[in-house]
Amino acid sequence: MNPQGERWTAEQVLALAPDTASRIAGGELGTAGPWSGTGSDAQSVWGLCQGGGSAPYQTVVDLEGAGGPGYRCGCRSRRSPCEHALGLLLLWAGETGEGSVPKAAAPPEWAGEWLAARRSSATAPGVAEGAETADGTAAAAGADPVAARRRAEQRAARIEGGASELEQRLTDLLRDGLASADDDSHAGFTVWGETAARMVDAQAPGLAARVRELASVRASGPGWPGRMLEECALTHLLSQGFLHREELPEGLAATTRSRVGIPVGTAGLLASGPAVRDHWSVLGRQDSEEGRLTARRTWLRGRRTGRMALLLSFGAAGRAPEPALPTGLVLDADLVYYPSARPLRAVLGTRYGRPAPESEATAPPGTGIAEALADYGEALRDDPWLDAWPTVLSGVTPIPGQGGWQLADARTGTAVPVDPRCLQRTNLWQLTAVSGGGPVTVFGECGHRGFAPITTWDPHPVPL
Amino acid sequence: MAEAGSGGPEGGAETAPGGGAVPEADAWGDLLAAALLGTERRRPPVTVRPGQDPAAALLDAAALSTVARRAGVRPAAAWPLPAPAPADPRPALPAAARRRLGLLLADRVGQGPSGPRAAPDLTELLPQWLAMANGHGYRAPDALLPALLDAARARTDLRPDALALAGPRGLWLARLNAEWKFALRGGPGRGTGGLSESATPEEVAKLWEEGLFAERVSLLSMVRHRDPAAGLALLAGTWATERAEDRLMFLDSLRDNLSPGDEPFLEQALADRSRNVRATAAELLSALPCSALARRMAERSRAHVRLEDPAGGAGAPRIVVRAPEECDSAMQRDGVVPKPPSGRGEKAWWLGQLVESTPLECWTEWFGGRGAAAVVALPVADGWQPDLHAAWCRAAVRQRNTAWSRALLGSPAAPLSTPPIAGEAALAAAVTASWRDPAKLLSALPPEERAGWVAEFIAAHGLSDAFRLLGVCAVPWSEPLGRAVVDALDIARDAGSYPWSFSGVMGLAERCLDPAQADRLEVLTAVSDEPEDGSPGAVGYWSESFQRLVGTLRLRAVMRDELNGAGETPSNSPETPTSAPPPDPAPPTAPQPAADPTAARTPHQTTPPESHPPTAPQPTADPTAPRTPGLAEPRPAARTPPRMPE
Repeated sequence: MNPQGERWTAEQVLALAPDTASRIAGGELGTAGPWSGTGSDAQSVWGLCQGGGSAPYQTVVDLEGAGGPGYRCGCRSRRSPCEHALGLLLLWAGETGEGSVPKAAAPPEWAGEWLAARRSSATAPGVAEGAETADGTAAAAGADPVAARRRAEQRAARIEGGASELEQRLTDLLRDGLASADDDSHAGFTVWGETAARMVDAQAPGLAARVRELASVRASGPGWPGRMLEECALTHLLSQGFLHREELPEGLAATTRSRVGIPVGTAGLLASGPAVRDHWSVLGRQDSEEGRLTARRTWLRGRRTGRMALLLSFGAAGRAPEPALPTGLVLDADLVYYPSARPLRAVLGTRYGRPAPESEATAPPGTGIAEALADYGEALRDDPWLDAWPTVLSGVTPIPGQGGWQLADARTGTAVPVDPRCLQRTNLWQLTAVSGGGPVTVFGECGHRGFAPITTWDPHPVPL
Repeated sequence: MAEAGSGGPEGGAETAPGGGAVPEADAWGDLLAAALLGTERRRPPVTVRPGQDPAAALLDAAALSTVARRAGVRPAAAWPLPAPAPADPRPALPAAARRRLGLLLADRVGQGPSGPRAAPDLTELLPQWLAMANGHGYRAPDALLPALLDAARARTDLRPDALALAGPRGLWLARLNAEWKFALRGGPGRGTGGLSESATPEEVAKLWEEGLFAERVSLLSMVRHRDPAAGLALLAGTWATERAEDRLMFLDSLRDNLSPGDEPFLEQALADRSRNVRATAAELLSALPCSALARRMAERSRAHVRLEDPAGGAGAPRIVVRAPEECDSAMQRDGVVPKPPSGRGEKAWWLGQLVESTPLECWTEWFGGRGAAAVVALPVADGWQPDLHAAWCRAAVRQRNTAWSRALLGSPAAPLSTPPIAGEAALAAAVTASWRDPAKLLSALPPEERAGWVAEFIAAHGLSDAFRLLGVCAVPWSEPLGRAVVDALDIARDAGSYPWSFSGVMGLAERCLDPAQADRLEVLTAVSDEPEDGSPGAVGYWSESFQRLVGTLRLRAVMRDELNGAGETPSNSPETPTSAPPPDPAPPTAPQPAADPTAARTPHQTTPPESHPPTAPQPTADPTAPRTPGLAEPRPAARTPPRMPE
């Protein structure tokens, strides 16, 4: 809870929108016109919105709560938060005018009931949300530890079977030669499809994903044999790693388990793992469609520790994944890293106050190109399967070229190519516009394919 | 893959050379060769442990090599940097306005508002927002330049304001991306390559000689604005070497600061190789009432149109026309087009062209000192009145003659010359039968008088013919005009028709009504009882339409306040000048509505400017055709209701 009842910024509000259409519609409703009966206290905002029908919509936002803010609106929109909740929050947010949503001692009855119900259910036991099905390594609270251990052993045995089978496929392929797959690529494709399905059966989704990736390499254009051999070799490395995990150091064994696809329960992790408390700066955020879910990646860097962290969350279609942390905020909170030889992915623990904007708008400190590539190399030493490592590059200039882009450092005459997979999804022209031909700071992922920009600063953060 | 990225050896980073545990690039090549052929056929260059499958050994080595090479990736050599973008000293937008622009531009992407139809149409507010922002002299946020350029690419009507806001950095960016090539060509309001008002003559001359076409057009208009004679000299210096379409655009840019000093140059242009250039030169000369061309045309007119004033009261005075019998080469040199458009008699065609180029003051002189109103009131013999009055209308518009415009407009309450017909028939009727073009005549009147005339017109005739007239009124509409429109909409609602019959006017009202009217309009959003003889469901649609109108007006007020920087300090701009923004940012002219409100959403209205000069004369077409192609009345009949009532 935040006793000061500090208001959010409009950027924070807009970052909550589940999609562009809601953001636009919310922006339109963020004017005093359609609203009446508005008010706010330290933890909630409410108001009546004149909509299309005869009765106005009753809109309430609970600013606090265990799982982040909560919304309720009479419009019954599928989206959450709906445009009315967004409009109300915009009206309330600092810059649109204090007078529109006055402070009140307590919410009116219609809002208070829902708020009270929400808060009491949040504190009720047994509704721990978001806990993935846990295996033995992080037994869910209350489960029988013996049974959990047995299930984990069964699963590991199944994965071992899958990994051995995959090894067989890979060695068969290398014995016949990659070029032989060339003869009948359709058949080859089916073989990989079957193998991927086998890996799913073996409860090794991580291996299955790698196999599907292998199937697509064949059609990835010139140079495919090199990429194919690389992918086959790293997949081989992973199945060998899992088969020999007992001989590996603790961290690397954990990395191998998670790469193979054994999940770690967040509840158990939060209960057992060491928490790292810091002021975490939000460096970037990316949403992507994964099947029917929206996957959200939020990258953080600790001010004190300098450590990078990645929060990964999922939301159903039309619902914004939590947490809604827009780039440029700082969050005083505990993070617990997933066990790994190179910890990056983390889960958000206790928060100490609401996220607030950085005290002054400046680009975060960064490194040079050579350092960034060296950092990635260093990270590979711990986790050989890493494709890239999050990095803040400073003093680089984007250069558009024929069929590719570079980020160049004029001081050293060096450059890193932009990851070609970004050309479709990243707004590189926006980066160029912000740069204006001069050096900028860019946050992104630096890896063997090049650098994938995610955020730049003008000096306010600009998501790319 | 040895390089960071797949750019190949020339584009990617260099591989770490061998030494220590890192295998040579050659070693990777050998591994790959073995992998391609298969370990059955080629023994891999690796050490095979006893009992190990050679294929597994190959995979071991490949994994080691892959990770080692990835870990050893080194920076590539930088390509040549682009030249830095020129500085833009204009102040940054206030934070709220910047956010608003982001939302306005995001809506263009085609996601469309998810809300009910009562939600404002942001795409129609973007032109106004851009004009207001330019009125304040803000510069566009760098991060929004790509979206701004994309918007301007898709909608030609946005280009002048969007590119003005984008400024020198927008032009810099457009040079790097072939998709934004349009920004480098054609049209005023573009960057002048970083040259400011205080540029030295040498700098001006250099840019004029070497600049891109767009830069030269804006340079010319800048210099003309400052010193018309210097601008003319600039143009005359290179005139002979310019391409025909460029000559046309340059010539057209003389229009705004036309003065008698331009006459010799224009007289020379009457002999130009290009027919369009000749026609434009003649048109510009006839707008100079003291020019030799205007005098020649006046002499010709005088021979064909005279006043018959029987002495001693033997009948009322009347105008008698004797049409010209031929169009000689001297007339053609003065811009008279000999061949009439199909369906028009050539004598009437020639006469019209003579009269429209004749200084209007001549008629007062020739017709016994009668003023404009008295001349217009004179009867015309033998059915020549439509041709004669139509020509006077064109002359009044071209010469910007207020008195004649007023006289030709007549009373706004007078019966319409054509009965209101819906749809295409009305357009066709307007072209052939109506000699009057009130919308264009109105533009010669002072804004207040213009609005007053239209308000009275709407009070007398309703909204069905008002669309184009409203389009020439200053924004925001004056109080009487706004009241007339709202009253007329209210009457239309009470009459029980569907709101989409008035969607064109409704759309204009959303963009042009004074936001202060929103509160007064609020009562109209209520759903009233269905009138017995009304169209089914119309009441609900009207309520929705008025809600949308009120919502849009409120949003416009918010947008205006945001641009004024109401209640906040300017965002991230250390270099923000201390000068206050102008108090009233409203653009002096009306936004130009698209022909069909739905057409504005259509992407790719990208017509290259060369083939579509905004003011290119079309000598073979009816000269009364509107100068702005987009400004045509919407056809209500073509609109279908979103949901058909049962």
